[in-house]
Amino acid sequence: MTKNDNDNDMFTDAARDVLVDQCTPAVVRAIEKNDGNSDSTIALWQQLEATGLADALLSEDDGGAGLGLSQVFGILEQCGAHALPLPLGETMVARALLAQGGLARPAGSIALARGEHLVSGEIRCTMVRSGQVATNVLVQAGGEWHLLSTQDAQWTPQALALDAALAWSTAKVQDAPRVLLEAPCDVRTLQAAVVAAQIGGALSSVFQRTLQYANERQQFGRPIGKFQAIQHQLAVMSEHVFAARMAAQLGCSGAGVWPDRLRVAIAKARCSEAALVVSELAHAIHGAIGFTQEYDLQLFTRRLHAWRQTAGSEAYWYGVAGAALLNDTSLTLDLVRSITDVEFLA
Amino acid sequence: MSTLDSLTLTRIPAQDEALRVEVRAFLTEAMHDIPAHIRARSWSGYSTEFSRKLGRKGWLGITLPVEYGGGGRSAFARYVLVEEFLNFGAPVGSHWIADRQSAPLILKYGTEAQKQFYIPRVCTGEAFFCIGMSEPNAGSDLASVKTRALPNDKGFLLNGQKIWTTNAHNSQYMIALVRTSGTPEDRHKGLSQVIVDLSLPGVTVRPIEDLSGDSHFCEVFFDSVQLGMDALIGAEGQGWGQVTAELAYERSGPERLFSSIVLFDQWLDYVRTPQGRTDSAQQLAGKVLTQLAPLRAMSVSVQEKLTQGASPVVEAALVKELGTTLEQMIPAAIAEDLFSRDSEDLPVELLMTLKYVTEASPSFSLRGGTRDILRGMIARGLGLR
Repeated sequence: MTKNDNDNDMFTDAARDVLVDQCTPAVVRAIEKNDGNSDSTIALWQQLEATGLADALLSEDDGGAGLGLSQVFGILEQCGAHALPLPLGETMVARALLAQGGLARPAGSIALARGEHLVSGEIRCTMVRSGQVATNVLVQAGGEWHLLSTQDAQWTPQALALDAALAWSTAKVQDAPRVLLEAPCDVRTLQAAVVAAQIGGALSSVFQRTLQYANERQQFGRPIGKFQAIQHQLAVMSEHVFAARMAAQLGCSGAGVWPDRLRVAIAKARCSEAALVVSELAHAIHGAIGFTQEYDLQLFTRRLHAWRQTAGSEAYWYGVAGAALLNDTSLTLDLVRSITDVEFLA
Repeated sequence: MSTLDSLTLTRIPAQDEALRVEVRAFLTEAMHDIPAHIRARSWSGYSTEFSRKLGRKGWLGITLPVEYGGGGRSAFARYVLVEEFLNFGAPVGSHWIADRQSAPLILKYGTEAQKQFYIPRVCTGEAFFCIGMSEPNAGSDLASVKTRALPNDKGFLLNGQKIWTTNAHNSQYMIALVRTSGTPEDRHKGLSQVIVDLSLPGVTVRPIEDLSGDSHFCEVFFDSVQLGMDALIGAEGQGWGQVTAELAYERSGPERLFSSIVLFDQWLDYVRTPQGRTDSAQQLAGKVLTQLAPLRAMSVSVQEKLTQGASPVVEAALVKELGTTLEQMIPAAIAEDLFSRDSEDLPVELLMTLKYVTEASPSFSLRGGTRDILRGMIARGLGLR
């Protein structure tokens, strides 16, 4: 039945502690403002590295904690709950994959990205999330996985502040290590599992902040949370937060590092849907103050939109989930059961 | 936030899951020739004969103690049964309320004599129950019920009227929420639950036809109906507390997720054919699965809390709110998909099923507490009121 492993709570607590202290709204703003090239980025990463959290998915022999994806769900959720602008979750996953591929882990953070091999031997990634703040990128190009340094890349800006398009010359690709992996799913699926959990955490933060605001903000002589219209909006928000969090847990339900693609489809689609609804309602309830740079709500709601747009929106994953349903011939219930009856409970 | 992060993934225990094979085999056979538009009635469909057949299988009252004729199994065993019944669209309406609510209520609050009389009859399918809650002027505002059971030397004299009582015309007994003392201004105080034998003189049951042409709810009139002393269930004046305790069971079960599932499976069968398959239909299939799977995980997780003796009232309300939203989205979205196509050469059985579920769907968010009442309960759970 349900098992609440104290060790898992311990890692979640460690993540919460370091993020509360170090990933403050001021630090998040500083990292975003300088496009990642700042002392703030380096300092925050060093603080995170010092906790050992980035190695949590490595085996104990490799200096890690030997955890599986389901056991680091709480850490990933905390990253979202504090609007962490650095790829800690992706780094955790990437380090575990590098270890599987027999590579020593490189210093610094690791982004995950899809790339393409050009005929000339170059690798180009049109969209690297956190490409401007990561030290390395684990790139899946076709069936091959490469570990490439961001310092070696030619980069051009992307739409969101910390993202980048990156390209590596033939020579740099040849010098960089190939990672030999028996990969049961693609890099987008891995990233989607991580991002869905982060959305889950950010949704909880947005909901908490909005609930608190509704209890404090007075209009017409009473807190706006006393009005039925606001109460019902908060009830709807809570429904989405609750369901998305459950879906995000499904996405991270594996014992090892590889998630199940169909469960990730459910997780990322459901969390992306909720990201939209919850940020809309949060802004509706906050009014004009929530629309300011100065007020912290935007750190979370802008991220909810960014994460909805990362590793496939809900429509991308509807396609994956729908194909699974159409290729099946039994009752819908049976596919639902296979998704929700997880083999391994964290 | 304690409520929202309190649910974690849970599995149905293996010994309960094992029941599924046997039930599935039985239903595959029993439901084989029944068309989808009939199966779509789900727990609104009923058959006395079918219920008694389930009773002989030991599948009625499966959670009730063996000494009263029950199965002595866990709530998860019932969860598995019900999930299968609903997904096959089995006609479970006759025994539904007795099995889900009335017999457990009698077990919890009843006297030994009441348990020995009613529970074995529920388990064989001889006694079906309905719940008398709403009245013409007491709907969402349930505490304002006026039906009165006046204590007298023989027991209670019952006068008044209930309405929207599901399956009253097909039940032997009603558990009614009535006033035994005080006045409607006393609100929750002075309310009690009584068991009414619907064959007693002075009881009139009149089915009400719904907009789909079915009659599953009724008006029930009580004109000086003499009840015995033993009609009272639980404590006099404690009816309100007893009623609200039932609601978490009523709101988080599979019946709040699967009311449109027969239609959805029927539509999928069409979409799986070469002429039915389109990209937009595949997207819709995925969207429904995206909603349904987390809800099922939530429902199982709430069931786990109930099994542990907790009373997750807010979580149950969240499941019902989201679940009925999905149940109503399914017929609306399927209609949009089917009639977005150039050709209207569509399977008639599918369209008949769509017609029924479209017509039935307003009731999904009415029965068991309306959408707005549930949102109010959630807001209360969040500390807003």
